[in-house]
Amino acid sequence: MTSGEGEMTAVEEGPKRQRRLTSGPGTLLVWFYGVMVVGAVSRSAYQIATEFGRAPLAYALSAVAGVVYGFITYTLVRGGETARRVAQVCCAAELAGVLIVGTWTLVDPSAFPDATVWSDYGMGYVFIPVLLPVSALYWLRKGAERAGT
Amino acid sequence: MLNALLLVTGVAALLLAAWCGWAAYRDQPTKDWHFIGMAVVTVLALIQLIAGIVLLTRGGKPEQGTTIFVAYLLGAFACVPAAGFMSLAERTRWGSVTVAAGGVVLAVLEVRLYDIWGR
Repeated sequence: MTSGEGEMTAVEEGPKRQRRLTSGPGTLLVWFYGVMVVGAVSRSAYQIATEFGRAPLAYALSAVAGVVYGFITYTLVRGGETARRVAQVCCAAELAGVLIVGTWTLVDPSAFPDATVWSDYGMGYVFIPVLLPVSALYWLRKGAERAGT
Repeated sequence: MLNALLLVTGVAALLLAAWCGWAAYRDQPTKDWHFIGMAVVTVLALIQLIAGIVLLTRGGKPEQGTTIFVAYLLGAFACVPAAGFMSLAERTRWGSVTVAAGGVVLAVLEVRLYDIWGR
């Protein structure tokens, strides 16, 4: 595990050199994650409150997506090495979620009487749900490289 | 009446997006003039919010539900100021990109509001 060394240097560099995950392109990421949090959480809250019986799976998945987005936003804003690694894991999980749910909605549309945030790889949201974790993972990796040098 | 307001706000949001996108392209942070532009768009969104509520109190019924309608009106109002504050914290081109993204998101919200209102 080389990641252990990364943590050592992070500690030695002190809080001042600690990576701010929200600087530069990170600002844009936080913005889009924030938008997705509001979108997914409010949408699922409304749908679960009013018509949960119609498409329980779809609405539950939207709620899960909202929670994941919220947590990633929090880790990005918090910053630091631990948050960076946690965010990386969550973004990978998010990407897996988008791909699995996206494929699922295409293969078995009958399971989803109504759309989720991740239906058809997030087509209803201009594919932001699938683009976001990819760019976030790229950004977080770059964060690790900057720390290493 | 509401549709005209939706259209004006949407176009203004896209203009703001283009303007801030241009600033980002030239590697510049958002400046005072950009913030004035954001204020204009925000005022339009506020007028739209008030107009929407007035229409509701007069017995107007959005096609896709009152709750969703109000939620989108609030989201449209908060959208650009939120991006503006983020660009205050990020004094690089990426702050401009964020405001540009905020303008695009607002334009999308306007299209959705048009669908939700349905007339």
